[in-house]
Amino acid sequence: MIEVRNISRSYGDTLVVDNVSITLPAGGVISLIGANGAGKSTLLSIISRLLPMSAGTVTVEGMDVMTTPGDVLARRLSILRQDNQMTARLTVRDLIAFGRYPHSKGRLTVEDQGYVERVIRYLELEAVAHRFLDELSGGQRQRAFIAMVLCQDTEYILLDEPLNNLDVKHAVAMMKLFRRTADEFRKTVILVLHDINFASCYSDRIVAMRNGRIAYEGPPEEIITPHVIRDVYGVDADIHEIDGKRMALYFR
Amino acid sequence: MRGLVLAAAGVIALAAVSLFVGVSDVTIGALLGSATDEATQVLLVSRVPRTLALVLAGAGMAVSGLILQMLARNKFVEPTTAGTAESAVFGMLMVTLLAPETPMLGRMLVAGACALAGTALFLGILRQMPLRSPLIVPLVGLMLGAVITASTEFIAYRADLMQSVRAWETGDFSGVLRGRYELLWIGAALTAIAYVAADRFTVAGLGEDFATNLGLNHRRVVSLGLVIVSLVTAAVIATCGMIPFLGLIVPNLISLMRGDNMRQSLPWVALLGAGLVLACDIAGRLMIRPYEIPIGTTMGIVGSAIFLYLLLRKNTHAA
Repeated sequence: MIEVRNISRSYGDTLVVDNVSITLPAGGVISLIGANGAGKSTLLSIISRLLPMSAGTVTVEGMDVMTTPGDVLARRLSILRQDNQMTARLTVRDLIAFGRYPHSKGRLTVEDQGYVERVIRYLELEAVAHRFLDELSGGQRQRAFIAMVLCQDTEYILLDEPLNNLDVKHAVAMMKLFRRTADEFRKTVILVLHDINFASCYSDRIVAMRNGRIAYEGPPEEIITPHVIRDVYGVDADIHEIDGKRMALYFR
Repeated sequence: MRGLVLAAAGVIALAAVSLFVGVSDVTIGALLGSATDEATQVLLVSRVPRTLALVLAGAGMAVSGLILQMLARNKFVEPTTAGTAESAVFGMLMVTLLAPETPMLGRMLVAGACALAGTALFLGILRQMPLRSPLIVPLVGLMLGAVITASTEFIAYRADLMQSVRAWETGDFSGVLRGRYELLWIGAALTAIAYVAADRFTVAGLGEDFATNLGLNHRRVVSLGLVIVSLVTAAVIATCGMIPFLGLIVPNLISLMRGDNMRQSLPWVALLGAGLVLACDIAGRLMIRPYEIPIGTTMGIVGSAIFLYLLLRKNTHAA
């Protein structure tokens, strides 16, 4: 369980996250949605201790993220931000293997090797595993970063716009993989998503943010409604139910 | 692994050549013959120390460049483009001026402390800068270095110490004798520590967010790296003076061939650094015999040529 208590964060005079409190239960896929600048990425970075908060506390399984030693937390929670610039030239396999760093501190055991090979297989990166990251396409690189985070094998996996740069096929495969990670391996996957229909189809819960606050929270049936989407994004959407999933059409 | 053995063999071969190149004749025949004394003396007092100094300084400076590039996450950074070397020279001047009786080790430690402060200032400036174009980073370092050099030379000019400053600024191994290079073993020990901590440096090189995610104390690794780089640079400057370009070109060449996973690339960087310094010094000893061209000059020519090649290659990864 992740407990967020009265978190605020300001940049200069602008309050980006405004006194947010929320409890995220363990297990399942949780999507954070909202317009640009609503504070989703900032909230995710604060929960994962990449950004300090101006006020408030975050605990993961009872551990305060600001005071718990970094390596202890790194075995329970992993985070991938968006727009990852990588200057170091590493092969895909080496990068993924660094996901085991919190567990092995660089000396890979046979078990660690097993994790690395399994993740490479899950993400269909076998063909590029030996190549350097700077020789890959944006989508391949994004999948390699996600593979590293999955290789970390933490109970909580936080990903900021993981579908960035992915084509339709790989985006669907990625969402299915998150679903499987939550269902089969009992992980908690927390995603910032821009595509509300992906959020609708694959999430157990959706958290909608607006102006630094949590505006709505609940299962997809409650969030994917014309009223909520109008309120959160300021667009009119028709909602259709297809195969039991609610889809928002907002292209007109 | 086989490649590494070959590279090590190459360095050993160059070191062997270095033992037998110089003004007075040292040949295997002379060493074994009857009139051995002088040849043996030259070998033990001058040639062996010089060769060891070349290997240790070359490996140390190249590895320092590699560490700085990982910490600054920029391929154009090395001790002479990050304010490190200039600050070390400033430190040497200060000791010479204020406490001229200080032994070599003390001088090196003061120079090291100054280098640490200068490099930390450089990284501090980088943190404050919002938009970091890859080329801005070394420019900031060069400007910082120029400011430090300006104050060094102003003081040195006043105190009539310009000659000493020139000696620290221009690498030259001709003055290396037994008893005057041993500080470099400290540099070698620090390089070995860098190898032990190689994985940490690689993780730090992924960026602060990745490092934090993987549970690495980023600040602590940066501090460790800065201490290693500063002390190695200070040891090299105190014994033989600045070697330009080395920390820049060697890690970049190895990065192209073997990538940046430091556990694998560091031995290569150390070997290529040692080999390149040996080759440049031997060439400098041969070209205008019986005189010598200092390594600061030969390395400057070779280094700038390789650097231009790296910059002009198509599909440059330097960034």
